[in-house]
Amino acid sequence: MRITRFMILGAVLALASAVAQASTLEEVKARGVLNCVVTTGLAGFAAPDENGRWEGFDVEFCRAVAAAVLGDGEKVRFVPSTGKTRFTLLNSGEGDILFRNTTETMSRDTDLKLTFLPVNYYDGQGFLIRKDSGITSAMDLSGASVCIQTGTTTELNLADFFSSNKMDYEPVNSETNEESIANYTSNRCDTYTTDASALASTRAALKDPSAHIILPEIISKEPLAGAVRHGDDNWTDIAKWVVNALIIAEELGVTKANLHDHCAAAGDNPSINRLCGTEGNMGAFIGLDAQWAVRAIDNAGNYAEIFNATIGPDTPLALERGLNASWKSGGILYAAPIR
Amino acid sequence: MKPISYKIGEHPDLPPPASVTGPLAWVRNNLFSSPTNVVMTLVSVWLLFELIPPMLNWMLFDAAFSGENRDACRAQAGGACWAFIAERFRLFTYGFYPAEERWRVNLAFVLLLLALVPVLYDRLPLRKYGLYYSMVFPLIAGWLLLGGWGLAPVDTDQFGGFMLTLVIGVTGIAFSLPIGILLAMGRQSSLPVIRLVCVGFIEFIRGVPLITLLFVASTMLNYFLPKGTVFDLLLRVLIMVTLFASAYMAEVIRGGLQAIPKGQVEAAEAIGMKYWQSMRLVVLPQALKISIPGIVNTFIGLYKDTTLVIIIGLLDPLGIGRSSLADTKWTGLHNEVYLFVAIFFFISCFSMSRYSLYLEKKLQTEHDH
Repeated sequence: MRITRFMILGAVLALASAVAQASTLEEVKARGVLNCVVTTGLAGFAAPDENGRWEGFDVEFCRAVAAAVLGDGEKVRFVPSTGKTRFTLLNSGEGDILFRNTTETMSRDTDLKLTFLPVNYYDGQGFLIRKDSGITSAMDLSGASVCIQTGTTTELNLADFFSSNKMDYEPVNSETNEESIANYTSNRCDTYTTDASALASTRAALKDPSAHIILPEIISKEPLAGAVRHGDDNWTDIAKWVVNALIIAEELGVTKANLHDHCAAAGDNPSINRLCGTEGNMGAFIGLDAQWAVRAIDNAGNYAEIFNATIGPDTPLALERGLNASWKSGGILYAAPIR
Repeated sequence: MKPISYKIGEHPDLPPPASVTGPLAWVRNNLFSSPTNVVMTLVSVWLLFELIPPMLNWMLFDAAFSGENRDACRAQAGGACWAFIAERFRLFTYGFYPAEERWRVNLAFVLLLLALVPVLYDRLPLRKYGLYYSMVFPLIAGWLLLGGWGLAPVDTDQFGGFMLTLVIGVTGIAFSLPIGILLAMGRQSSLPVIRLVCVGFIEFIRGVPLITLLFVASTMLNYFLPKGTVFDLLLRVLIMVTLFASAYMAEVIRGGLQAIPKGQVEAAEAIGMKYWQSMRLVVLPQALKISIPGIVNTFIGLYKDTTLVIIIGLLDPLGIGRSSLADTKWTGLHNEVYLFVAIFFFISCFSMSRYSLYLEKKLQTEHDH
């Protein structure tokens, strides 16, 4: 008698937890909005404009995923996060996906239980320093005070770099990138270190950019990638293939402008047809319809268009493609094929 | 000139000699009365001379008030670039609140001011009815800001800027005072259960930093609640901030309660008052009066603590300022942003502390020790 009662209770609980474990895709669809973890503000990558609309490189990846899943790139709720809170927000379910210029590392992948998406920006850590300091190499930085953002890989790389070269430094910590820059400009530290992309934009925004130089040494690998939490492989696949689709679209020459010409009907190029969903139905594998990639690209174009509109040579950040060029033009951006 | 003569006893009082009255004497008495004072005065004047003109120059005379971006500002003037703040002013004020619904925020703000009048000034005619309005104001404000019943719904994650500060600050202030009074009374209660609960609550909350509570509210709760539970982040923050302020408020008010001599309670009991009557009519009015500086201090602390919400991803004015600085058009204009936000907080906090002084003066009674 007692045992049956316990069994019923157990069954009810099991059922309840099964009901509660709805997949992320279903949750997002039911909610009608994608929760995307971004930074509280990093020039070119994610920041609100004067009307409160979020803009930037990371932001466009969020919108592309929302477009693929929900059919509308505007259906995104941006969850601003600091370096320390980003993973907690993702893991606690406050965010469905994270695009927060985050470096993929083994401990984050395994210990923090994240699954990283394909790398969407290859970066590396450098140093910005005042020209009148006379220092021209990072090896001369012994004893320097260094402005640094806490909770980031740059903080750890810095410690590694200085200890492996048997040099001392004095960290000047801050919570956000903006505070670090403020510390550097008000001479609270000798040098400012972060990813080279951010250094370039920081330098461009200084009062007199020519009075500052970026030291030639790049002391780390920083593959920046989006991430989702462990435990929902279908959701991982969706996010992963949206990023891949944007990169592949550039390789195939599919842009926002010519997308509909290419995808109106099946053409001669089977790769484009698969991307467009006019040949086979790749979307069915990830629980979406055949048009998923079309919608993702239709949001803000392919990888190159997103890059150029947010951080590329014509923007104030003026970043070159460099490593981030497609493998066809000498970079290392190389996405697995859709087939 | 013929000397004027007076009869004995009719000579009018002469004005005090010029050396003890008038601005010159004031200057001599207050600024140059001793060698130390002379030195300090000179140093201060020099400091002001060094600081004020460049500051005014930066803020006003050499500042740019219009421009498309930072470079346009820099081209016009070498000082502050207020065009940045002007362009972002609406973002600073309303956060991400939809543009076409912003009149609701404005209306709620005007209604808030109206609701404050009867609370703050007791000489208002028909004050009783005004207070009824003040009591329903939170409902009206909630409806206006959140929508529903005929208004377009607005999610709380679109709240931001000054409006967010006011929502958190006003809610925290309005609810922490009554909860704090109850907790303070509970802590002194003769019923052990009530006393233990109140002491436990107060000591627990005071033992934990606000930022930890906010963290718990924003992320930990989601681990405990069943997956998929939607529990509004702002609501969680409001509850945490209110509880936090209540615990501090309780201790401030306990200080006031303990300053009331036991004879007062005994006298109230002697004329047949019950516990609540004696509290309401005898003890609390006196205790609260003594506690005013402490209460307002807690209010101001709470109000400024609202900037901590950036840690959990809500963008208060400081957060909006920081993320605005990441706009490639405007990067590098830290001073303008921080100064602007500082002025906003100074105005709010200074008026609170002025009001508390006014209240203290008004409630000043002869038999104060």
